[in-house]
Amino acid sequence: MPVVTYISHDGAINDIEVASGTSVMQGAVDNMIDGIVAECGGSCSCATCHCYVDEAWLDKVPAASEMEKDMLECVLEPEDNSRLSCQITVTDELDGLVVKLPPSQF
Amino acid sequence: MTEACCIVVGASHAGGQLAVSLRQQGWEGRILVIGDEPYLPYNRPPLSKTFLSGEKHIEDLLIRPEAQYEKVGIDFLLGQRVSAIDKKNKTVTLSKGESFAYDKLALTTGAIVRPLDIAGSELKGVLYLRDISDVEHIRQFIGKGKKAVIVGGGYIGLETAAMLRKLGLQVTVLEAAERILNRVTAPQVSEFYIRVHREEGVQLETGVDIQGFVGQDRVEQVQCGDGTVYPADLVIIGIGVIPNTELAEAAGLAVENGIKVNDFCQTSDPDIAAAGDCTNHFNGFYQRNLRLESVQNAMEQAKVAAATLCDKPIQYNALPWFWSDQYDIKLQIAGLSTDYDDLVIRGDHNDGRKFSAFYLKQGRVIAVDAINSPQDFMFGKQIITQKLLLDKTSLSAPGISLKDFLKK
Repeated sequence: MPVVTYISHDGAINDIEVASGTSVMQGAVDNMIDGIVAECGGSCSCATCHCYVDEAWLDKVPAASEMEKDMLECVLEPEDNSRLSCQITVTDELDGLVVKLPPSQF
Repeated sequence: MTEACCIVVGASHAGGQLAVSLRQQGWEGRILVIGDEPYLPYNRPPLSKTFLSGEKHIEDLLIRPEAQYEKVGIDFLLGQRVSAIDKKNKTVTLSKGESFAYDKLALTTGAIVRPLDIAGSELKGVLYLRDISDVEHIRQFIGKGKKAVIVGGGYIGLETAAMLRKLGLQVTVLEAAERILNRVTAPQVSEFYIRVHREEGVQLETGVDIQGFVGQDRVEQVQCGDGTVYPADLVIIGIGVIPNTELAEAAGLAVENGIKVNDFCQTSDPDIAAAGDCTNHFNGFYQRNLRLESVQNAMEQAKVAAATLCDKPIQYNALPWFWSDQYDIKLQIAGLSTDYDDLVIRGDHNDGRKFSAFYLKQGRVIAVDAINSPQDFMFGKQIITQKLLLDKTSLSAPGISLKDFLKK
């Protein structure tokens, strides 16, 4: 099973096995990682699952939709590597993916 | 001494979150969640969308898989109905007789559909849409070319209409009021949704007085007061929900259009908390009591309730928000528009599928309906909570970014 590394804002590191086909958001929610809120359950509606994709992985993660890009401009502290984690589907190619979590989702 | 036990009644969105939050807040004793459906807590919003269409299956709906609850020691008793709460002796009793003692209790019993009790409503094929079994039932009646009549032009009815069109059914929506979404949006937003549904081939009628359903052994027709008859292979009733407060009421808790809770999601009994659609709380921002039907409220209140039960109170303070997906349209709603005295439309609601409606009261934005306009929703939330006094003209000027209104 692919492993995703979640780095919380306080530096805590969680290596989590996330099944292929599920989202990076779901992996965090399943494992009760605090930094992801995911109020809308993954329908790209709330922008409370914001994360920063590690630079080394940017090329391998499929691009964001226009809707997601629009939402990302409004999150707290947006960066070029900002993504909504509900919109990133974990695959075998993403085994080892590293995402950092923002200080707040609001 | 035995370990402390917290019982959560209702394996709902709120119930699941509450149990998890109890662990996160440091509850060390037993956690037992009792639910009357046979499923672990699941996401309800996809029911009228991707679960109805068959794209998603039950395991895709689960908020968390079973193993994760096991890992943190959350027990479930599913397919069991709680029939009574004895708050004096601190026990709950199941309808099959078994009793459980609790130290703390949480009620996350949600809402139940408002029944339409008219002639023929007991006929086969007259259905509701609230839980998994409802949708499994609906699925037995759907198929390309079948005729579906939806009673009620609220969000559930409209989302269902959109999905049934996509599945190739002939769809009619009948609304009793003079316009759809009457209670929750401005006329301009209602007009927009009427236009879109008609563009998508839905027959949509307002001001309809439904007299009854007629059929031999299953529904065949919907009959209206003016004599109009709509043929139907299935009828889906979506006329709202009522809070599920029966247990709380029988137990002697304060109930008034929902289980009354304070800012800390505590009921009138300090050892009993409640969260989600079943509650009624005072909202500081709108300065009135609210009963909300939303995932966000269920999750936020669940966290607050868990903190209270762990004696680490945090005050509930959240701006309500909602969303609805229909066809290619994402509607995001920030705040509540009730009692607005002015409306500003950003964009064109008469053409295309992208605009926003800003609801103002005494010069301040109190709610935003953002249609395919996520930035208006996101910045709108901030404009509402910051209580900014805005110039109406610049609010509707397309060239001005909402970001510019926000305090730096």
